[in-house]
Amino acid sequence: MMEFLSVNGSELLVKTWEHFYLSIISLIIGILIAVPLGMAIANTKKVSNYVLTTAGVLQTVPTLAVLALMIPLFGVGRVPAIIALSAYILLPILNNTIIGVKNIDPNVKEAAKSMGMTRMQLIWNVELPIAIPLILSGIRLSSVYVISWATLASYIGAGGLGDFVFNGLNSYQPELIISAAVMVTLLALIADFILSLTEKWATPKGLKVSR
Amino acid sequence: MLSIKNLTKIYGGNKKAVNDISLDIEEGEFIAFIGTSGSGKTTALRMINRMIEPTSGTITINGEDITKKNPVELRRKIGYVIQQIGLLPHMTIKENITLVPRLLKWSDEDKDKKAKELIKLVDLPEEFLDRYPSELSGGQQQRIGVVRALAAEQDIILMDEPFGALDPITRDTLQDLVKELQQKLGKTFIFVTHDMDEAIKLADRICIMSHGEIIQFDTPDEILRNPANDFVRDFIGQGRLIQDRPNMRTVADAMITPVSITIDKSINDCIALMREKRIDTILITDSHKKLLGFIDIEDINEGYRKGMDIVDLMGRDIYKIGIDSKLQDSVRTILKRNVRNIPVVDDNNTLIGLITRSNLVDIVYDTIWGEETSLPVTSGADEV
Repeated sequence: MMEFLSVNGSELLVKTWEHFYLSIISLIIGILIAVPLGMAIANTKKVSNYVLTTAGVLQTVPTLAVLALMIPLFGVGRVPAIIALSAYILLPILNNTIIGVKNIDPNVKEAAKSMGMTRMQLIWNVELPIAIPLILSGIRLSSVYVISWATLASYIGAGGLGDFVFNGLNSYQPELIISAAVMVTLLALIADFILSLTEKWATPKGLKVSR
Repeated sequence: MLSIKNLTKIYGGNKKAVNDISLDIEEGEFIAFIGTSGSGKTTALRMINRMIEPTSGTITINGEDITKKNPVELRRKIGYVIQQIGLLPHMTIKENITLVPRLLKWSDEDKDKKAKELIKLVDLPEEFLDRYPSELSGGQQQRIGVVRALAAEQDIILMDEPFGALDPITRDTLQDLVKELQQKLGKTFIFVTHDMDEAIKLADRICIMSHGEIIQFDTPDEILRNPANDFVRDFIGQGRLIQDRPNMRTVADAMITPVSITIDKSINDCIALMREKRIDTILITDSHKKLLGFIDIEDINEGYRKGMDIVDLMGRDIYKIGIDSKLQDSVRTILKRNVRNIPVVDDNNTLIGLITRSNLVDIVYDTIWGEETSLPVTSGADEV
């Protein structure tokens, strides 16, 4: 154990950092696309159904296949991996954003509009704060997905803890696989914990209290 | 000041929700749009703040055509209260009340001041300002819904069945409150309802609608006395026509002389007077006959043994009505709220009369017998 760590420890940390980096960039890109898109289309039933179906179909393509498909389009390395992973987590975030906005009591929106809120004020002051708990739970789910899927990104040369797994497979060194698995799990647990705190903190107080 | 001309709204190509209606509303009037569902009353109301765009026709406010205005700015100048209340759940009561002032970028001090002023107006404690809507009861929430529509000093308040979702007692109190607010503030209120009692109680003029058209637009008295046609007659309800027939229309016609005592007298004087008149409740006034409170027999019993004065003993929370109020309203209050009697006062709070449960009962019986005996005499009595 100690021997393994003294040989591979520093590299394990580097790969963990790479893994984290891949995941967080993909997650941020996914959020930046899915949340505004979801907010924009949530109020039009037709479009939102169409987009959700498309994202749902995309989700059924196996992760490894998506990554492999990136090679002819964007080559190998980090960029194609990030594109693939971001595309992959669009669905859970989009889904929760749209549901979050759709679930808002129509009377609340009606009242807000009738008092003279512009479309942007309605989104920022009403829809986003009320939908935020659901959006954040979508992000939390996605963060766990993206950390686990990022392992496969090694396959197209993006680095990360996947390198340890594939090396371990090729050279019959189970300790490489196990150490990578432990780190991936650890990352996922930490991300989940931090985001659950964020969720609690960001939920408006008025939505938590009751008579 | 609000003028509607040839207003029409057509949905889905041919369904006329509102068909060529025209009416003028004066500043400070309380107007009710009433009709069955599908009569176009809500559509007509919502065209005033452009939540619905008219197909044709014009609406002008103080001579300005509202379709030429920015709808967002227009809505900030018109208060709007909906049946489902629609408070924003993630904002405190204060933030909810001062929503429009916030959109209009008022300073924080002005908003705070306004919130405190308004919450007092609807008899809720100031602590409520920091609570959230889900911590309030339905009736309390709608009180906030009403003052929210007043926060930016809007001159016109639209209300879409504002009391429809409330229980009867809460509805009754809120109706009184809104009527009082309207009279105090002198703003133009336009509300939609399907409840004729509510319309008669609140409105200065009632606009009866059916299938998108105005059937009759007049004062409650005029509508009750001269319904335009059978539709209006049905809508008012036969029962009400009979109930409204007695000549006694205001409380002044029905009230009796109350027994009262001035506040400087002793408990012994009070007991002597009550015993002499054989009454269980006595009204307390000052030397100028201004109504101050009341004492009932249970208070007396307790206070006498403790040697208290009238001042300490009397109840000050007293429900009273003005001399010009309609008799019908006080009948409703007495019956629904189970109040035994209501003192009648003039504008200066001077005590002038008393309506009791028993003298109302007399009036009701008089009406019934009056109807029967008058039947053979008046040949035109065909509505019994």
